[in-house]
Amino acid sequence: MHPLISVQDLRVSFRMGQRSVEAVRGVSFDIPTNSTLALVGESGSGKTVSAMSIVRLLPDNALTGAASKILYNGQDLLRAAPESLRALRGKDISVVFQDPMSSLNPVFTVGEQIAEVLAIHLGLRAHPAWERALELLDEVGIDKPRERLRAYAHELSGGQQQRVMIAMAIACEPKLLIADEPTTALDVTVQRQIMELLARLQQRSKMGMLFISHDLALVGEIASQVVVLREGTVREAGPVAGIFHAPQDAYTRALLACRPPLDARPRRLPVIGDTIPPKEIAAPRRVSAAIGAVPLVEARGLRKDYPLRAGLFRRSMLQAVKGVDFEMHKGRTLGVVGESGSGKTTLAMLLTRLTDPSAGSIRFDGRDLTLLDAAQMRAYRSRIQIIFQNPYASLNPRFTVGQILNEPMAIHRIGSDADDRARRSIALLDKVGLGSDAFGKYPHEFSGGQRQRIAIARCLTMRPEIIVCDESVSALDVSVQATVLNLLLDLQEEFGLSYLFISHDLAVVKYMADEILVMHQGEVVERGNPGAIYANPQHAYTRQLLDAIPRGLSASA
Amino acid sequence: MTRTNLQALPRSAGVWEQAWSRLRQDRVGMASLAVTLCFIVLVLLAQLGLVASGWQMEVGTPFAPPHFIGKITDGSQSAVVAGIDGPNVDISDVDPLAPRYAEWSERAARFKTIVSAKSDTLPFGGDQLGRDVLSKVVKGAQVSITVGLAAALMATLIGTVLGAVAGYFGGRVGDLLEWIYNVFTAIPYILLVFALAAVLKSGPLAKTLGGGVWSLVIILGLVGWTGIYRLVRAEYMKHRSREYVRAAEAIGATHAARMFSHILPNVSHVVLVQLSLHVVGFIKAEVILSFLGLGVPIDMVSWGTMLSEAQNELVLGKWWQIVAATAFMATFVTAFSLLTDALRDALDPKLR
Repeated sequence: MHPLISVQDLRVSFRMGQRSVEAVRGVSFDIPTNSTLALVGESGSGKTVSAMSIVRLLPDNALTGAASKILYNGQDLLRAAPESLRALRGKDISVVFQDPMSSLNPVFTVGEQIAEVLAIHLGLRAHPAWERALELLDEVGIDKPRERLRAYAHELSGGQQQRVMIAMAIACEPKLLIADEPTTALDVTVQRQIMELLARLQQRSKMGMLFISHDLALVGEIASQVVVLREGTVREAGPVAGIFHAPQDAYTRALLACRPPLDARPRRLPVIGDTIPPKEIAAPRRVSAAIGAVPLVEARGLRKDYPLRAGLFRRSMLQAVKGVDFEMHKGRTLGVVGESGSGKTTLAMLLTRLTDPSAGSIRFDGRDLTLLDAAQMRAYRSRIQIIFQNPYASLNPRFTVGQILNEPMAIHRIGSDADDRARRSIALLDKVGLGSDAFGKYPHEFSGGQRQRIAIARCLTMRPEIIVCDESVSALDVSVQATVLNLLLDLQEEFGLSYLFISHDLAVVKYMADEILVMHQGEVVERGNPGAIYANPQHAYTRQLLDAIPRGLSASA
Repeated sequence: MTRTNLQALPRSAGVWEQAWSRLRQDRVGMASLAVTLCFIVLVLLAQLGLVASGWQMEVGTPFAPPHFIGKITDGSQSAVVAGIDGPNVDISDVDPLAPRYAEWSERAARFKTIVSAKSDTLPFGGDQLGRDVLSKVVKGAQVSITVGLAAALMATLIGTVLGAVAGYFGGRVGDLLEWIYNVFTAIPYILLVFALAAVLKSGPLAKTLGGGVWSLVIILGLVGWTGIYRLVRAEYMKHRSREYVRAAEAIGATHAARMFSHILPNVSHVVLVQLSLHVVGFIKAEVILSFLGLGVPIDMVSWGTMLSEAQNELVLGKWWQIVAATAFMATFVTAFSLLTDALRDALDPKLR
């Protein structure tokens, strides 16, 4: 069958001052009509650049190779005039971006933005465009669509925003829909809904879809063809069944293996090393540390209310955490799982006293942390540390790695002088797998996974007893996630650390934790050991979370 | 011991130290720094009276042209007024003072009178009174740069500290500062300047402040901080909830450390750009205030007073005073702007 779009020997490089960096090195693939092709790879593999070359939405410093071709209806899109390309964008080929919050215009209503697309490409007048927008919102499964048409982006949840983006993309019944990591910024349960919506729309309108993701398991649920990219080259391409059941390439096999398994609990996760094939891990089961007689931390009845201004004088309370009890034991991991808005991050803030609780107590080492003032708390800060979600935001961009590591030691008077602290910093950088040459560099010179390692090293400088991991691996690619999880496990074994491990991804929490709390709307709805929760979930919400975990090919079959 | 310990241990230099090392590699930045430093040295020398101390001496003929133009002989300069050779009527017989004339002229002859030779051309020309424009422009730099730099530094300091406090803490402290800000901006600019001038120049502080320059600096500094305050406050509000600030809190950094060693380097670009804009703005403001009689005293010269003198001279075609003042001002302002730009880039490690 004739392909919808044929990408031939695509080469894209970026000018960086004098040098040019090649991001895509000779990639070829065909997008068939009426089915889904997936591009899979880690960040930096060139998957987004390849897809954006089709609609030529590349930065100004991008150069495409002379021999590269992207054929659509006999027209080479790489050499098409800007006007004809503009006529194609949004009509024949449309795009759904990763972050719906930043791709919707905050000052226009949702209805106006959908109507704009219809007015540009179909020449619809205001009234028919508005009616069509209503139909579209209904089609993408937004309830009360008539009211939502007049809503602004910030009045919608992340999932609803992404539905609006999809409505805009399918407004002109495109031949090709490019979905660039459309669910990465969303919760797992919402991800599941969006995936189902995309699959349904693709079936109904018989369009071609180019689906981009770093998660092979997710891709298995929607794609019929898969292209695996690494460092700008195609590692493997073929039908989805072949990729999952008989992967030819070592890299594909590694990608498949690095997601935490749901049915087993190996000591370490397989990772994609610098050399492929990865080290095969003879995986004995990981054993949890024994529960000590006295809990390290004992939290009772923790509450946090945020006052909301409801009117001029009226105030209402948002109850972020509604009376949570938990205990943490030395060397063990307490997992907390839940969607955004379930209060799990607030819980992390309470334990580290970055937020003061409205009620309740946190007993640690014989003291109630909630009663300490700022000066007294400073001594305890070094013992309870936190690793934040976004390694791009949690490191001060104007500090070198050396300064970042030195600061906590200087505050807590660890190490005798600057030399001693530098020595300790380098030892720690070694421990987290970064060389000593990282010392003088700035955070922006590192990738996401490396930055998270720097954040971990910063925690370790203070020799903490407890580390709170607040979605610490959620912003990372699946493959990088595995290496960071392994590092956390290594450190736990070496130093006897206790973790409070927070994530929206039940698969990751299940792998890491020795005990799990499932949180929903500020309350703990289920608690227990991970195996038991997985095998026999008691609460409906837990079952919903379990269903949302992408399972690759098996789930769609 | 491992090799790591044998090799020199890396030092983690501070933010500002590293900015300096990056600035040193920036040729434009270093050139502008050199020019700026030259001006500052000039200002210091003028302050100590080592250069241009004789700017008030009438060393040339009125409107003496610059050297490179040469003496203008269009008749206007050298028009010879026919002298009168003594009184034409002898009235000594009725003049009661006549006997004393001889004594007086003898006494007068005892004092030596120097007829100073007035040069026809001067290096940068002369003004209406024949004062050397070069000396004036150097002496003028003393007032203008002192006022511009000191007032801008003062306004930036006040604006940054208050903006940091208001933006970082918010709440009641923020409300209070916001109220003060609103009071300051609600009063018309000139009125506020008049009020402050009245307090500083004739109030109890008048004696301690002495000459007009420092009270002018204080007036401009107190009036000019509002814009910087507002911008810095907005930046701090944006940054205070960033994760890196939370992370700093989690490692136990104090409020002051978070405000000034973590957030300040990240908002320094705003502060620097405002600083350089305000230096230019205050040099101009001094012109207006001098015109209104609130600026520098009448016996001092600044680039502003030179420019206002030049208004009348231009009509007569005497352009050198305005050219000299403008050239000096433009050189300083350009060098200073380039320096702050270079400093801003040096503070951003991503532009390395």
